[in-house]
Amino acid sequence: MTQSDQYNFAYLDEQTKRMIRRALLKGLAIPGYQVPFASREMPMPYGWGTGGVQVSAACLTPEDTLKVIDQGADDTTNAVSIRKFFERTAGVATTEHTPDASLIQTRHRIPETPLTQDQILVYQVPIPEPLRFLEPRETETRKMHELQEYGLMHVRLYEDIAQHGHIATAYAYPVRVEGRYVMDPSPIPKFDNPKLGDCPAIQLFGAGREQRIYALPPYTQVVSLDFDDHPFDPSKADHDCALCGAADSYLDEVIVDDRGGRIFVCSDTDYCAGRRAETGGPE
Amino acid sequence: MNAPGASPPDPRSIWTKKKMMIELNGVGKSFTLHNQGGTEIPVLAGAELSVAPGECVALTGASGAGKSTLMRMIYGNYRTQAGSIRVGGVDVTAAAPREILRLRREGLGYISQFLRVVPRVPTVAVVAEPLLQLGRPRDQALDVARGLLHRLNIPERLWDLSPTTFSGGEQQRVNIARGFAHAYPALLLDEPTASLDAVNRAVVLEMIAEAKARGAAILGIFHDVAARDAVCDRAVDVGAFTPGAVQ
Amino acid sequence: MTPLLQVTGLSKHYGARIGCAGVAFDLYPGEVLGIVGESGSGKSTLLNCLAGHLTPDRGQVLFDTRADGLRDTVTMSEPERRMLARTDWAFVHQNPRDGLRMGVSAGGNVGERLMAVGGRHYGRIRDTATDWLGRVEIAADRIDDRPSAFSGGMQQRLQIARNLVTGPRLVFMDEPTGGLDVSVQARLLDLLRGLVREMGLSAILVTHDLAVVRLLADRLMVMKSGHVVEAGLTDQVLDDPQHPYTQLLVSSVLQM
Repeated sequence: MTQSDQYNFAYLDEQTKRMIRRALLKGLAIPGYQVPFASREMPMPYGWGTGGVQVSAACLTPEDTLKVIDQGADDTTNAVSIRKFFERTAGVATTEHTPDASLIQTRHRIPETPLTQDQILVYQVPIPEPLRFLEPRETETRKMHELQEYGLMHVRLYEDIAQHGHIATAYAYPVRVEGRYVMDPSPIPKFDNPKLGDCPAIQLFGAGREQRIYALPPYTQVVSLDFDDHPFDPSKADHDCALCGAADSYLDEVIVDDRGGRIFVCSDTDYCAGRRAETGGPE
Repeated sequence: MNAPGASPPDPRSIWTKKKMMIELNGVGKSFTLHNQGGTEIPVLAGAELSVAPGECVALTGASGAGKSTLMRMIYGNYRTQAGSIRVGGVDVTAAAPREILRLRREGLGYISQFLRVVPRVPTVAVVAEPLLQLGRPRDQALDVARGLLHRLNIPERLWDLSPTTFSGGEQQRVNIARGFAHAYPALLLDEPTASLDAVNRAVVLEMIAEAKARGAAILGIFHDVAARDAVCDRAVDVGAFTPGAVQ
Repeated sequence: MTPLLQVTGLSKHYGARIGCAGVAFDLYPGEVLGIVGESGSGKSTLLNCLAGHLTPDRGQVLFDTRADGLRDTVTMSEPERRMLARTDWAFVHQNPRDGLRMGVSAGGNVGERLMAVGGRHYGRIRDTATDWLGRVEIAADRIDDRPSAFSGGMQQRLQIARNLVTGPRLVFMDEPTGGLDVSVQARLLDLLRGLVREMGLSAILVTHDLAVVRLLADRLMVMKSGHVVEAGLTDQVLDDPQHPYTQLLVSSVLQM
């Protein structure tokens, strides 16, 4: 498919992309710091990835190959429409195959296949402020970041243990970046948290409604918060993938019939399909 | 924790033997009622008085002569307009609040006619309070308090109740027990036996005699003449300090 | 003994209006200072200037810090001031909702200050929180309940525990017994008195309730129109007031 004449390359005008790139560079220079940016109206509702789309649009070049995933899958509505959007407005090549992509926009997952230095991972972020739910005042949370007053983050984890006996936060699990900023990794499962740190790819986070961008440059130190006597545990469902047999991937629970029958399958559809193609497992 | 008064008594303390424990020189007092046209009421002038360790002095004079006012001035509760009031080396008329507080904690006791306590606090804790303020261990302070309550015939079933609901005589005795919990070197007594029966009156007089024997300087107001005669070495007529009566 | 707090020439104006002016006093370790005055007299402005919530226009607030001795908290950097605010200082608000996190359990509320200064052991934080709930007479089995399930008196006691858990040396109290029933007030006053004595705390207590200052404060400052009109020993100021305004204030109290 080729680029439509009615749009700028990748939809946004050059001045807007310039503004976003400046925010991205600042974010990369100060890992984990939330950079305000002038988020634009996009032709999709807030909550559908407007932040991620703007970051992707500012990063795409005609030579890029784009992959879009939603909860690990390439074939869900959100992933399909964003992929189509860029096919139409940027004319870039698209793929579902992780190693072939140069830019991956994601909602709520990090691909299982290890990323490389040649890749950019763009996260869609609903709420960028990890302190929000305990301290609603933005003026106060910015001050807390400035002065590294992060005791409140542990209050959240304390409450978890007090109520559930363990840290029950399973996604959007807060992390400390390079010993400085506390960051919300977007609603990825905590299973993915270990992949955030020391990652060869550039990781960019865009929150459209909240007008914030933040970033992790390659090989950044990222530590999940915890207590000495309740250490961080990425945890994983106690099953193997019913389709590819993988024991090391993040699984979705799928109801398969009306009698309550259920199976666990890889949430990363590309990873699962790749393994099945290799081993000739069940289709 | 460095609770106030927790440190052991300083050997160079203000309580080293003084010839006079309480000493008043040329003391004058007047009240100015600003909200009643600035009326000035002179109460005392040229008051001279001293009490030596081991001595008990009675303040006498007609009602309204200023006996209680003078006591309150010595305690630092009322301000003094003229002269000096020295208690164990501290000039109460010029001392900073915290010096007066220290004086009250360590050196100068005052048993008034009124019991003023935080509601809900048990009687035994009220009595132990002066010792706790000095940093004494809690169980030790409570032991002393129980002994005093027992001696003053407060029934044991009342010890854990607040004294706010007690009868006048019981409240008076709780007040006395609290005033005697710490062995103050100087003691002010305002009608200590006023509403007591014969038995308890005798106990209080005995306690005053014991305090004298250990060297306390005591200044008291006693309307009860027999009680006054029993414990006081001499009397000072406050009427002599009435303004205008001096010259 | 050196004062814990030395205040000189402290003034704060709101435009042309005086918040407080020319306030000066020393506060020594273990002392409780009461500040009384009617609404609008400047007592809350003064308290907020002292606690670093407001920046005064003029004057010094010297605090005897543990590390560096006397430091002017008005001119020190904000991070330092905020560090003081969550370690050596405590602030008890009139409305517990202003001083508590209503969406966080009682244990979390007490533990927050411990975590803020680096506490990272859940078990120890919880033990300390349990101990402090006991000290303010809240049953241990309420540790996981939210303050919204507590009575007004309990909320206020929880706020006190949350503030005192890091062993501060100076407590600011803004009408701590306001809005509580008389019987609950008495219990709270007794508790505060005990804690002040046991921990050797210094406190600055703002209230319009003369009975409260009589029971809690060693010394008293009377404020009117932003100025301190009279200061001294609490019972001296209340029983033998010298200034016309203090006389009016004292004579206005209903006798029971």
